[in-house]
Amino acid sequence: MTALLEVEDLRVAFTRRGEPDTVAVDGVSFDVKPGEIVGLVGESGCGKSVTSLAVMRLLPERGNRVTGSIRMDGEDLLALSDSAMRERRGRDLSMIFQDPLSSLNPVIPVGLQVTEVLTRHRGMKKHAARREAAELLDRVGIPDPTRRLDSYPHQMSGGMRQRALIAIALACTPRLLIADEPTTALDVTIQAQILDLLEQLVAETGTALVMITHDLGVVAGLCDRVNVLYAGRIVERADRHELFRAPRHPYTHGLLGSIPRLDGPPGEELAAIRGSVNDNLPWAAPEGGACAFTPRCPRALDVCGEVTPLAERAGTRLLRCHNPVPVAEGAA
Amino acid sequence: MSEETNGSAPALLEVEDLAVHFPITQGVFRGRTVGHVYAIDGVSLTVRRGETYGLVGESGCGKSTLGRAILKLTEPTHGRVRFDGEDIAGLKGEELRRRRRRFQMVFQDPMSSLDPRQSVESLLSEGLTAHGLSKGPEADRRRLRELVDAVGLPKGSLRRYPHEFSGGQRQRIGIARALCVEPDLIVADEPVSALDVSVQAQVLNLLSRLQRELGLTYLVIAHDLAVVRHVSDRVGVMYLGGIVEEAPSTDLYADPQHPYTRALLSAVPLPDPEAEDRRERILLAGDLPSPAAPPSGCRFHTRCPWKQAERCDTERPEPRRLEGAAPGHRVACHWAEQIRDGRIRPHHVDADMVDEAATLAVGAPEHASSVQEILGR
Repeated sequence: MTALLEVEDLRVAFTRRGEPDTVAVDGVSFDVKPGEIVGLVGESGCGKSVTSLAVMRLLPERGNRVTGSIRMDGEDLLALSDSAMRERRGRDLSMIFQDPLSSLNPVIPVGLQVTEVLTRHRGMKKHAARREAAELLDRVGIPDPTRRLDSYPHQMSGGMRQRALIAIALACTPRLLIADEPTTALDVTIQAQILDLLEQLVAETGTALVMITHDLGVVAGLCDRVNVLYAGRIVERADRHELFRAPRHPYTHGLLGSIPRLDGPPGEELAAIRGSVNDNLPWAAPEGGACAFTPRCPRALDVCGEVTPLAERAGTRLLRCHNPVPVAEGAA
Repeated sequence: MSEETNGSAPALLEVEDLAVHFPITQGVFRGRTVGHVYAIDGVSLTVRRGETYGLVGESGCGKSTLGRAILKLTEPTHGRVRFDGEDIAGLKGEELRRRRRRFQMVFQDPMSSLDPRQSVESLLSEGLTAHGLSKGPEADRRRLRELVDAVGLPKGSLRRYPHEFSGGQRQRIGIARALCVEPDLIVADEPVSALDVSVQAQVLNLLSRLQRELGLTYLVIAHDLAVVRHVSDRVGVMYLGGIVEEAPSTDLYADPQHPYTRALLSAVPLPDPEAEDRRERILLAGDLPSPAAPPSGCRFHTRCPWKQAERCDTERPEPRRLEGAAPGHRVACHWAEQIRDGRIRPHHVDADMVDEAATLAVGAPEHASSVQEILGR
């Protein structure tokens, strides 16, 4: 199957006058096939949100430099004019944000925010749009949808707001949906509801979903393929079963070891990753490259601090490491 | 942490029928009370010396208020808090201040709980001076250096300021600050929720190491069941102002008895695709009801898939131990035996819209994230 979205060598640098660029995303490549759920996982500051904003072309116009290509149906989104992009946003690709309260307009009823999309992109008339909006709210599991159309965002709970946001994102049945930490602000029982809903909608509509999260648990239950980001680069990519059974990159391995497991024995010492992202080395430096993870890596060799590791393919897996975790140890 | 739940260790903290009700007032001069937010409503628990007690619950269940009420940072409406055999609920002023040396708190947000204009040394030595533990500048500095070293901060941290540290390091400063007055009990309110996973593990390991070395007693409050279960010897599950189930942490996962605990356990994502595919989710319908108008009877009956026609909506269940359950495993559910034996099957529940505007009928923000917000403070 051909890919719906192909991101190739995406690089986002934030520029400031008189200062060196801050490279947030550093040569990220991935693709998404129709109906597939792809995860982008990483800790804060790894560039996962910037990647999604770059794909949606929602980064501010000034102060950054985006290079590489983002192709949807073979057409480079980065080359589109602003108005052409606006046409596609919402219709072909749409986004769900982390905090539903700050991404909904607080002074406009929720219903109007849903119908806005319908009239803008699908050219519906007011009454038809309202009917459709009620149906959408119903589909995402909001009880009493007709009455809820007139509610303001602050009158709804966090879970309901996130549902409303999903309804807006789905209004035009986009072929690609990007969800940026859609459940981080929610409680676990509500998170379970929302993840269930997303999974169901993807199965029903055949929408491709890019799931951005820091929670490996969310990824384990939902995604078909997982990309692990570290300091702006993909360090490992694999199918979810493969990734969790045998994590090869020391970072992925360490990340899995540092999560307390609900089904494991309590009280055991966690295998924490030492240091913090502040210790990172730059991937590329004038005097030669390095692996950014080296100072925190338990398997670091001399070469790790001298040569930038390349992303190498092994079967379905992509790995960027000089000294990966052996398969047997990773499986333990 | 301590491997066995030590049944014989003396109780360090006893909470009896504690309640915190915040008044909802209306009018320009806040004169008229139009209702109450029942943040904590009848909670009893015992924390033994040297153990870790974990409180888990979703936002709005009152777990933070409970922690604050225990430390008397919030005035309880009624109920008793006994610390080391002495009732501290009645303490005031200087008495209370002096007693606070023995129970300290670690806060959630390490940025807002550290004064940005104070150096780490000043932050840490404040407690020493306030409680008269200062032994002269030289000895103090030596003590602080030891402390900084014990929580794993780099050398030379004492002269630096909070903004120079990363999130995990700031949380370590918060822990060092709590430790510097040599407390018996540390209440940690969401100690790791603001941190990245890889750093979270470091802080959790640090907390358990300090407990082993210093014989501390912890009350850990968090929303993350996996974290709470990992660090705690016993876990209390809270729902809407009350503890619905209390169990040794191994039993909680092996034998959850309250319907809410079951739902909570099944909702926590596991970092294991095979386990994720196998397990059955119990999805709860709707949202947490408003603590200003809690449901009658069992607080959970509006969302419970096992709700029965009798008793659930009329009678509030008392925590009790089921036959055959582990010692110290208590559950507040009328039908726990029948649910455990599978004699009652779960059924579908329609999501009840929680419309606080209707129930409150005051100018408080609906679905406020904190009681402070409701009170407009």
